[in-house]
Amino acid sequence: MATKILLEHVGVEGIRAIDTYLAHGGYRSVGKALKEMSSDQLVEEVKTAGLRGRGGAGFPTGMKWSFLDKKSENPRYLVCNADESEPGTFKDRYLMERIPHLLIEGMITASYALGANTSYIYVRGEMMPVIRLLEKAIAEAYAKGYLGKNILGSGYNLDLYVQPGGGAYICGEETALLESLEGKRGNPRNKPPFPAVSGLYGCPTVINNVETIASVPWIVNNGGAAYASIGIGKSTGTKLISACGNIRQPGVYEIELGLPVEEFLYSDVYCGGIAEGRELKAVVPGGSSVPILPKELILKTAAGEPRLMSYESLAEGGFVSGSMLGSGGFIVFDDRACIVRNLWNFTRFYHHESCGQCSPCREGTGWMAKVLHRIEHGHGKMSDIDLLVDVAKHIEGKTICPLGDAAAWPVGSAIRHFRDEFEAHVKNPDSCLAKHLHGAYAHAASIM
Amino acid sequence: MSDLLKVTIDGNSIEVPPGTTIMQAARQLGGKYPPAMCYYEPLKNTGGKCRVCLVKVAQTSEANPRPMPKLVASCITRVEQGMVVENETSKEVLDARNGVVEFLLINHPLDCPVCDQAGECDLQNLSYEHGHEQTRYEEGRREFERIDIGPYVQLHMTRCILCYRCVYAADQLTGQRVHGVLNRGDVSEIGTYIQQSIENEFSGNIIDVCPVGALTDKTYRFKQRVWFSKPFDAHRNCDKCCGKVVLWMKGDTIIRVTARKNEFGEVTDFICNNCRFEHKQAADWTIEGPRVIDPESVIGANKYELPVVSPAVNVDAKFVSE
Ligand SMILES: Cc1cc2nc3c(=O)[nH]c(=O)nc-3n(C[C@H](O)[C@H](O)[C@H](O)COP(=O)(O)O)c2cc1C
Ligand code: SF4
Ligand code: FES
Repeated sequence: MATKILLEHVGVEGIRAIDTYLAHGGYRSVGKALKEMSSDQLVEEVKTAGLRGRGGAGFPTGMKWSFLDKKSENPRYLVCNADESEPGTFKDRYLMERIPHLLIEGMITASYALGANTSYIYVRGEMMPVIRLLEKAIAEAYAKGYLGKNILGSGYNLDLYVQPGGGAYICGEETALLESLEGKRGNPRNKPPFPAVSGLYGCPTVINNVETIASVPWIVNNGGAAYASIGIGKSTGTKLISACGNIRQPGVYEIELGLPVEEFLYSDVYCGGIAEGRELKAVVPGGSSVPILPKELILKTAAGEPRLMSYESLAEGGFVSGSMLGSGGFIVFDDRACIVRNLWNFTRFYHHESCGQCSPCREGTGWMAKVLHRIEHGHGKMSDIDLLVDVAKHIEGKTICPLGDAAAWPVGSAIRHFRDEFEAHVKNPDSCLAKHLHGAYAHAASIM
Repeated sequence: MSDLLKVTIDGNSIEVPPGTTIMQAARQLGGKYPPAMCYYEPLKNTGGKCRVCLVKVAQTSEANPRPMPKLVASCITRVEQGMVVENETSKEVLDARNGVVEFLLINHPLDCPVCDQAGECDLQNLSYEHGHEQTRYEEGRREFERIDIGPYVQLHMTRCILCYRCVYAADQLTGQRVHGVLNRGDVSEIGTYIQQSIENEFSGNIIDVCPVGALTDKTYRFKQRVWFSKPFDAHRNCDKCCGKVVLWMKGDTIIRVTARKNEFGEVTDFICNNCRFEHKQAADWTIEGPRVIDPESVIGANKYELPVVSPAVNVDAKFVSE
């Protein structure tokens, strides 16, 4: 059985209540951290663990923590990014819904490590039930003395707040999140300065994903070295993968990093293979923004090595033949899926979610969505295909925040690997595999 | 002096104090500095949005000779000791800039023939240099209704490129912030929320900071193509602002009053609405002389002479003789 770090107790009845959570070893890390460890030791432990940010970029968490400007006279903040809105990614919601106290526990130990006395969990506004669960969990933690003044007699104070988001994907981008948390329009900030120096209210701030923070208690309890022994190479520990698409068992799985993609996709412990006896066509392995890979390249790298569920292996081959682990949103397409239609759908999303601050993203995402709409509905030209590639290229790397890249990558990769399908749409629109859906989203064109 | 930083842009070097941006250094160097559609030096926090000023940093600093991985916005990127920047000399930069200009144009109405800004439009100028001759964009363009925001200013959102300059101007020049950006993405709009009018003594400056024809002077609408009017520097004693303006004349009639722009097209001395909208009589002003106009510009193409000074116009001899 694979090690479970995050989901070990999710099946326990009543685990959302603090007493049950405590009975299963909950909040042990708080006592250990606050009484036995200095904040610097904690940061070192997380560095040793090799924990990497689970929000998508995979940045080493210990290093991020050590960048926090501790010399500043200003207060320091820890902000948990629970805005999860990337199509295909639904792991944070699962974790918060099933075992909310794990996140609260992680917030306390991580806040202590950073010397923060006020911390926030910024939750996607649409997830109201989750917000209520977290608020209840926080109230319980205050009542038991894990939050508030002088926690467990250690002299450490922490107040923890839940902030519902404003209902925009862009508020998951860390600096847009900070703007939104400050009560402003959620526009990403130009960097530098980075949040570690000037974040929330201009104070040093760390922003971490839900899953990142929820991994901290285990690291504190078991040590960074134990965490680092799980996984493969620089991809240490476990990762939540939200699997969806036409697979037999969609859902959220905790895997040890390094698991072969083939095993994840076909084993009955995980996805259980493609449903309805269909064949695999392609996978978007890390949430809608990462490059799509066709069957041949998702199971094996271009060099013929088995592809593994790890930061390095999924990226093997760069964007020519690889992709990214991203946030762990594993989207599977079977042989009936229309790549053009799917790309149009993703692009429509990025167009809708662009904050509109910078010209390449504001204008380019809409342009790509319109051209894709035309191709999908039988009004495309051959030249449109290269036009899309060129527009994507003029967005990528030219924007304020990575949403522009997130919009460009799917376009570049879908055309790279499935150009014939785009050409077929132009030459013979009736060949579209999703033709039966053409009337279905007629309104979509009108809102673009 | 040792605490100056040496930066090289397109092969020319200059020493600048710490904190200087690449754009500022490039402007000091002269020559071809990066264009700017959103950055506006006199207004704090502007810049970083339009991306036309992207440049390549070929060497980050003396200590770190590696290039920066992506093109950077020169208006907000600070110079480091020994930095090497490529602007006009980089193909990558020119390609990216052409791309940005194309993006700015796809939803722009191209109604220059009926736009009051034509002739002094930054986007028009930029597209002469970086535009394609034909558009690759075949889809419908975004359109908005025109709205009057207050007695003096009209907002034609269809032309807006969302540079946010007017938002910062309103925030920084006027006591009460009265407008901002509503909605998201390419349907974002400059707005006053429930169509409140913009009414305060410095609101007219949002017209001058607008790089395109989205915010125009209602008292000047369709009066004259800008290149047919003759600009004069003039001043008056004003207790609210510096009183230093440009009068735009048609014969002896003042058809428009604006603030003065410097060589980078920026207003540094903002003027009040009283000077801008309520003093259209020549007798209200002391005329200093013809405004010096860049001969390369559209307005400059119409070489004009000193005005026939009518008795009502009070010309300050000192300025004329200069
Ligand atoms: C458009 C956009 C949306 C994002 N949405 C999320 C999100 O919903 N949740 C998240 O944790 N990170 C999101 N990120 C990444 C964050 O900016 C940030 O890198 C992350 O929260 C850092 O946490 P980590 O280091 O623990 O991964 C998003 C980034 C972008 C550009
Ligand atoms: S890349 Fe898109 S979402 Fe990000 S700042 Fe620019 S316009 Fe906004
Ligand atoms: S002028 Fe630098 S980004 Fe607009």
